[in-house]
Amino acid sequence: MKYKSQKVAYWFFALSMLLFVLQLVYGFIMGFAHAGLDGLHSIIPFNTAKAVHLNLLVVWLLSGFMGAAYYIIPEEAQRELVSVKLAYVQLISLALVGVAAIVGFHLNYWEGRKFLEIPRPLDYLVVVNVLLFLGLILVTLFKGKRKTTTALVLSMGLLFAALLYLPGMLPFDSQVLDSFFRWWVVHLWVEGVWELIMGGILSFLLIKLTGVDREVIEKWLYVIVGLTFLSGILGTGHHYYYIGVNKIWLIVGGIFSAMEPLAFLAMALFAVNMYRKGEKKHPNKQALFWTLGSAIVSFMGAGLLGMAHTLPQTNLYTHGTLVTAMHGHLAFWGAYAMIVLAMISYVLPNLTGRKLYNGARGRAAFWLSNIGMIGMTVAFGVAGVAQVYLERIMKMDFMEVQKMTEIHFYVLILCATLFLIGVILFIIDFIKYGRPTDEALETNQP
Amino acid sequence: MLSKKQARAFFLGGTLVTFLIFIGLTVYSLSEAQDQSNYKDITEQVVRGKHLWESNNCMGCHTLLGEGGYYAPELTKVIERRGEGYVKALLMSPNPWAPNGRKMVAYGFSEDQATDIIAFLKWIGNIDLNGFERVVSPLAKDNN
Repeated sequence: MKYKSQKVAYWFFALSMLLFVLQLVYGFIMGFAHAGLDGLHSIIPFNTAKAVHLNLLVVWLLSGFMGAAYYIIPEEAQRELVSVKLAYVQLISLALVGVAAIVGFHLNYWEGRKFLEIPRPLDYLVVVNVLLFLGLILVTLFKGKRKTTTALVLSMGLLFAALLYLPGMLPFDSQVLDSFFRWWVVHLWVEGVWELIMGGILSFLLIKLTGVDREVIEKWLYVIVGLTFLSGILGTGHHYYYIGVNKIWLIVGGIFSAMEPLAFLAMALFAVNMYRKGEKKHPNKQALFWTLGSAIVSFMGAGLLGMAHTLPQTNLYTHGTLVTAMHGHLAFWGAYAMIVLAMISYVLPNLTGRKLYNGARGRAAFWLSNIGMIGMTVAFGVAGVAQVYLERIMKMDFMEVQKMTEIHFYVLILCATLFLIGVILFIIDFIKYGRPTDEALETNQP
Repeated sequence: MLSKKQARAFFLGGTLVTFLIFIGLTVYSLSEAQDQSNYKDITEQVVRGKHLWESNNCMGCHTLLGEGGYYAPELTKVIERRGEGYVKALLMSPNPWAPNGRKMVAYGFSEDQATDIIAFLKWIGNIDLNGFERVVSPLAKDNN
């Protein structure tokens, strides 16, 4: 049984894809600037491009998570959303706040705190928007016929994500305190509560795609999110090593950061094992590829590459270098972008009634984007390691080193082009699916 | 074999315990006795400088305390490294500052604003960063 109000999800995903493409445009501007080609400097200087690139990432992923929640919650709670009209109001206001912030960044109107550049007045609108979203999701869940673990974990992730936005709005005179609490938002989002959201979506997809018993999947979901918080909360310490706070974080952050890959390893093993165990052969292989891909690539990007530079003795040299960008790109791609794309791949055939999941275009989108992103990660890594050695060990000047590593950004741009082609193919499929229909939702679906 | 109830207890219990430890450590490390940032030296001028740093998104290109954009030089020890005069000149420059080909936005700050930013950067330069300030070149004077 499907629910008509699930159609709202489609428009959140559409907004997601639009902002995703725009995010990549700004990524290219930054890549070219790093390679020495900064012809757009007078119109879009690097700090504008960077703020837009980061914030579009956050907004398109949030829009994707919201779309996923609007699809998953009615199905799990076995009832329609409490108000479709308000969901559309929430979508439009989210888009407006996003656009206003992006325009502001071009006019030197921002807060200038990495990842939290959105200026304060718009922060309040973000809070109102998210409260509306949470209200719709939580009321639907609690009025529903059943409250599944999957729905609870997903909702808990969304609720905590909203609460954790607040420490980022506290005003401080000290840069050290500012930075300290900025990580409460950024770290506890991406290495904490967003993993609950990812886990909830992953669990929903695995139940649908593998046919493994819900009880088994949800039991392991608890173990995984348990491992995430056990390592991730105190793992925040790896951001506190060298920003002007007590040395105790070197020990605490070091130990718990070293445990962080366990959660991602568990997630990857869990997804692959459920797939092997599953007897149901769901026809939507494309959704399955993105789902398993997300679990595996997040282990590589967030787990392994994260740990590679969060040991205090390594981080002393890599802190504030392109090594961080190496980890950041593969981590966000694997853990969050791919899970949103997995959800879209699963949902579109159900919403539109068209079954485009066996096409070559979808397969090409998966492989090209992943190969492109891994290539980009390697390019960032080579540039970052070279920067660490030349600038921090050999004591060379920052800009001299930047000149010497420019070549790696040409490689990065080539790989990013491959990545972009993959994403464009995914979006062509998205467009070809067409709009959602009531008839499609009324038919029985696997 | 682990039951779903035990798995839930592991999740809730583990989260609660680590969260409480995290709060405890936060309170401890931010207490006055543990201050490594010379908090008492934050003057109104430093705060104005911080505001200018933020409202122009300097972090979008530069890094400070190792955090920021990776596109322009790390500025934690910039006053020690370059001297006040150099920093003031580039902050007040009406043309894009580009000594090595990579352009900085020409902010054309007033003298007062430039002095505020320098006060902020001076305060930053005196923070005890658990060794980052000594090891990372070309931040520290003794490495140059």
